[in-house]
Amino acid sequence: MALVNIKIEGVRHQVEEGLTILEAARKCGYEIPSLCDFNHGECNRGSCRVCLVEVKGARGLVASCVYPVSDGMEITISSPTATAARRMSVELLLSDHNQFCQQCDKNGKCELLHVANVTGARADVFGGVHSEVHLDRVAPSLVRDTSKCILCGRCIERCKNAHGLGILGYEGRGFETFVAPAGDRSFTDSPCIQCGQCVNVCPTGALMEHSEIDKVDKALAEGKVVIAQAAPAVRAAIGEEFGYKIGTPTTGKMIAAMRRLGFSRVYDVNFGADLTIMEEATELIGRLKNDGVLPMITSCSPGWVNYAEYNYGDLLDHLSSCKSPHQMQGAIIKSYWAKEHDVAPEDVFVVSVMPCTAKKFEKEREQLKVNGLPDVDAVITTRELARMIKRGGIIYNMLPDEEWDRDIMGQYTGAAVIFGVTGGVMEAALRTAYYKLSGKEAEPIEFTEVRGHDGGLREAEVDIEGTKVWVAIASGMKAAKVLLDEIREGKSKYQFIEIMGCPGGCINGGGQPYVREFFLPDEDDDILDTYKEKRAQALYSEDEKQTIRQSHNNPQILDLYEKFLGEPNGHKAHELLHTSYAARVGFNDIEEE
Amino acid sequence: MARLSESAVRQIKDICDRYKKEKTPLMMILSDIQNEYGYIPLEVQEVVSQRTGISVAEIYGVVTFYSFFSLEPKGKYVIGCCLGTACYVKGAQIVIDRFSEILGIAPGQTTKDGLFTLDALRCIGACGIAPAVSINGKVYPKVDVEEVEDIIESYKKEASA
Repeated sequence: MALVNIKIEGVRHQVEEGLTILEAARKCGYEIPSLCDFNHGECNRGSCRVCLVEVKGARGLVASCVYPVSDGMEITISSPTATAARRMSVELLLSDHNQFCQQCDKNGKCELLHVANVTGARADVFGGVHSEVHLDRVAPSLVRDTSKCILCGRCIERCKNAHGLGILGYEGRGFETFVAPAGDRSFTDSPCIQCGQCVNVCPTGALMEHSEIDKVDKALAEGKVVIAQAAPAVRAAIGEEFGYKIGTPTTGKMIAAMRRLGFSRVYDVNFGADLTIMEEATELIGRLKNDGVLPMITSCSPGWVNYAEYNYGDLLDHLSSCKSPHQMQGAIIKSYWAKEHDVAPEDVFVVSVMPCTAKKFEKEREQLKVNGLPDVDAVITTRELARMIKRGGIIYNMLPDEEWDRDIMGQYTGAAVIFGVTGGVMEAALRTAYYKLSGKEAEPIEFTEVRGHDGGLREAEVDIEGTKVWVAIASGMKAAKVLLDEIREGKSKYQFIEIMGCPGGCINGGGQPYVREFFLPDEDDDILDTYKEKRAQALYSEDEKQTIRQSHNNPQILDLYEKFLGEPNGHKAHELLHTSYAARVGFNDIEEE
Repeated sequence: MARLSESAVRQIKDICDRYKKEKTPLMMILSDIQNEYGYIPLEVQEVVSQRTGISVAEIYGVVTFYSFFSLEPKGKYVIGCCLGTACYVKGAQIVIDRFSEILGIAPGQTTKDGLFTLDALRCIGACGIAPAVSINGKVYPKVDVEEVEDIIESYKKEASA
């Protein structure tokens, strides 16, 4: 890599050629205020003008995020001209921004407020009119409020990069420009999969999850039996909200906190994940043996299910009929658990804590009701749980480590834990399918060839005592599309495919803590490159710690089948644990002609 | 697509295919559709999206950015009042206001009978004959506010003939 000589504030530095001034300055010990913290190629416009600096000889100030360094360049960051310009850039953004910050759930994590603080920008110095507000509070998963939007376009880029979808776009012109799904529709009325990746990159509170904390409060106030269940990926990330380094599992403290918030039981969704594997592995073997529809595709990710229903209505037979783990567990809580504890199912209120926004949509599905009762009553994200813990005055770091409830359910195996990372469901299913097909446990237990922590595609050929199974793993819909088009063209060589909506799987879900350098200052590397791997590692290490690591060896699961469900894929299992899908039309408000 | 007739979908796909070799074909495709059909509703944009791989939101963004494109059907007669600098100082605002008043629509809108659409244009390059009004390509020079009613009447007559 060629080096160039530059000067910052009169001091000589050598930096790599090709870096932008912003990147080069960071390596030399300067943090130029910018809104690019979550940049990584997802905003290359240089249009916000927050990161202006002086470059000797340049015409006017330059935007450091897009201006490359060159040999002999002399850069001034702290001059009165540059600092005043940066402050005014932020003030201009604030002049058309909803400033009721104390009413905004993004408060404390807002990049705009952060740069306002750093640059010394004052609110409303310009006055004037505000642009018209476009509000979507109808979608079950996401809320869009353009009064907080700064038109940076990161959400637009993320939707394209992760999914090739491009649900969001700029509409209108000039001062009337705003970001929305086509025609200012709700996310619900467009082919949006409600994954929440756009929320993860939004610098302000313009895009947020649709909070259900109020619903939980109401159920608690009404004295219902409120049972909480948390997904594996939540424990891998919630510590970040309380000052722990990325990748620190704080499972025990999270459980303790949930008890203190008033939940009657705190269960691990991993029990449901083990149940899913029992059903899914059985289904896979049935399809393999009886010439069923192959490849079979996992159905745990509601973002992916949404995508399939909108775009591949002809391939829905390929989806496993298994409900996702938290829905299965919800159905078991309202039947088996309620019966054993002599509680009416109507009095039970199940709250799922999820790394996911699409789960909020999923729980509303008509296909996921048993006798008119939803399996799950409320879904809150990892971020919402953290908010509830903070609101409850709980000092997270001082909590003791507590254990999950395990009365008649709740025990789990290592196979379930790794559901939260791309390739995990595949690996867990293979462990059990291997046993069921060959009569013995796989050795070694791990199927490391299917592992990964990032978006994209992986494939492997797995040998189960002579039976060769081709498997593929995709996360993010852009990658999934490749596999799906192969199936549609009749060219797919796979028998089993795992698809997750979010790139990297649930650890990078749309409900996970925001990853921004400005409020995670203690990390020692570029967290945007490493956070997914670290969170994945937290889950793999928990798998290794478990003494039982295959779902079919979970004693409570075996009990459940013996006492209540009967056989995997049996009649009762189908009634409670399986579901169906239906093709949907993207822009559903356009009338048929 | 259930919501457009098969032949309509085919026509739109044909238009898309005209510009297969272009790197950035969207403007040309949309121009052709606008010219041939008079408007570009969302269901048409969906077909263009499927054929070109450009997202519907992006297409919608382009359609709403340029005033030449329209989401709604335009009237039989599209009245374009130039509000460029020269026309404006020669009283174009009063002219367009008069059109607006008689037709009962704001600029950008179409009359209920589908006969007239009123558009405010930026400079159409006819400054020498300001204020200029262009109706379906026919240009009216130095339009006086008193003439407006007669102009509208002449088209109404033409339409009913």
